[in-house]
Amino acid sequence: MLVVALRMLLGDRTKCLGLVFGMALSTLLVCQQVSIFFGLLARASSVISDVREADIWVMDGAVKTIDVPFPLRDTVLPRVRGVEGVAWAVPFFKAITQVRTRQGTLDNAIMLGIDDATLVGVPDAFVLGSIDDLLLPDSIAINPAGFRLLFPGEALDTGRLLELNDRRARIVAIVNAAPAFSANLTIYTRYSLATQYTNNGRNSLSFVLAKAVDPTRIDEVARRIAAETELKAVPAAEFRRESITYILENTGIPASFGTVVVLGVLIGIAIVGLTFNQFVMENIRQYAALKAIGVRNSRLLAMTLTQALFVGVIGYGIGLAAAATFFATAGKSDALRGFYLLPEVAIGVAILAVAIVIIATIVSLRRVLVVDPATVFRG
Amino acid sequence: MVTSPVVSLVTADGREEPHAVLCRGVEKSFAAGESRVHVLRGTDFVARAGEMTFLVGPSGCGKTTLISIIGAILSCDAGEVEVLGTSLRSLSGGRLADFRLGNLGFIFQQFNLLPALTAVENASIPLVARGTPLRRAECAAADMLNRLGIGDHARKMPAQLSGGQQQRVAIARALVHEPRLVICDEPTASLDAASGHQVMELLREIALAPGRAVVIVTHDNRIFEFADVIHRMADGRVTAVESSAPMATGGSA
Repeated sequence: MLVVALRMLLGDRTKCLGLVFGMALSTLLVCQQVSIFFGLLARASSVISDVREADIWVMDGAVKTIDVPFPLRDTVLPRVRGVEGVAWAVPFFKAITQVRTRQGTLDNAIMLGIDDATLVGVPDAFVLGSIDDLLLPDSIAINPAGFRLLFPGEALDTGRLLELNDRRARIVAIVNAAPAFSANLTIYTRYSLATQYTNNGRNSLSFVLAKAVDPTRIDEVARRIAAETELKAVPAAEFRRESITYILENTGIPASFGTVVVLGVLIGIAIVGLTFNQFVMENIRQYAALKAIGVRNSRLLAMTLTQALFVGVIGYGIGLAAAATFFATAGKSDALRGFYLLPEVAIGVAILAVAIVIIATIVSLRRVLVVDPATVFRG
Repeated sequence: MVTSPVVSLVTADGREEPHAVLCRGVEKSFAAGESRVHVLRGTDFVARAGEMTFLVGPSGCGKTTLISIIGAILSCDAGEVEVLGTSLRSLSGGRLADFRLGNLGFIFQQFNLLPALTAVENASIPLVARGTPLRRAECAAADMLNRLGIGDHARKMPAQLSGGQQQRVAIARALVHEPRLVICDEPTASLDAASGHQVMELLREIALAPGRAVVIVTHDNRIFEFADVIHRMADGRVTAVESSAPMATGGSA
């Protein structure tokens, strides 16, 4: 009878296409929006993620996110280094600065200053050049998206000169930094140069990055640093969470994305539920005939579920493929780089699709189960 | 035609007649607002195997309600209904559905074919519902359509068939699983006179197999000539039975 159910469904091509379209649209909307949402959250903590060597981030107690640092006294650094359990500690500078593009417009750039001696804090993902090139005078490394922003239409290259705060800067490397939340252009340079490029004088230390001697006792070392320096010291993972939480609590991003996701689900339920209900209503006499012939309610339930699952699976597959295509093509642009169709999202949306199918089935099935088979004897 | 008392289970020579349907004192009422409408008021009815039994009467007299009860689709409020030797009171829910699927064939006035299925697929539904493999079910359905003279239309959709052809598909669907009781509701009402006559000839020739009973509800007096027995209903009761063979009284109205 399941074959009969599918034939019934496929026989009404308009409704069948409507059901598949509704499910596909809902899947595409939810997959795309949720993936972009998580991509944005990942951007909020991308600078922390890119600093792979450090276990602990030390900062002023008022700091809630990587994007809003508060300057520390330079004397903090030796105090952190002196805490028991700390293997090493290095300065880390972060500021937002402006650069002038070739078109004459101003654009935000994230300026990251790393320890002059160790160069700790640069991701190990060089496209051109190497980390040692940052030891050269006036050297900076920028990300590919930033290069394309500064030199649109030109191939990635090193050796070009920039002017930052009336100082000369030479691009010596291109490094694949994770896309950040606040700007497309990320600049890595030595700590000493970063303070000059941004015109910061004394007390320009944004963070102290520390490594624990024992990687299994990071929390304990962080607590000890906080106690001895009266600063905030947290493991990198916790600082990532805090930065994401800051975005969630202080921007309209969750509300706007959440609204679109809810709308996507509602559209799915509305289109699929109503179309499926209409399909069942138009066939209610046929269902009554099947009941009169002797088809049990449980069999009718299986038939209806089969029909709903069929359109659910096909629609979900099409929607998922469309979302994957979107991220595969649009994701190549710098604006959308770093946004992926996450497997967790695909699984979550699959569960959502099942929920939509079940709701649509329940709404429609009630009519099938209560239909009086004696209906077939009425003209 | 010979008129006899309403229920007769015993022949003139005292032999018990094998019956396919036996109804005694069946009552059924429906709620209508705050009051109740009594549709069947102690109805007695008998249909014998090997006979074509007609149930006739004016609209609203309870014919459809009675065949719904005989067809195990509705339950009665009071009285006894025995179909093919089984008391329907002893069955409920899924077992009633199984009983219908295993023993009964239905032919509806509106055909009620599934529009998305071909003629042969429609005709195979009872077998498929009983778990017969699809291919075997469709072979049996195709055979039945051939016997009914529409084998050439087996792959057509219902919308591509005339009313008479659709009714033949419905008959094929009702007979494909070889039920012992066939219940027809106004089988010729949607057909012109010629088609109606053809359908009745087919029903008489094919549906009325040995050991099988056919119960037909109809208003169409053009087909009364096909009846072995005619039960006339009025006001929720069978008021008269007309038979082509004399029968002795075995029950009472």
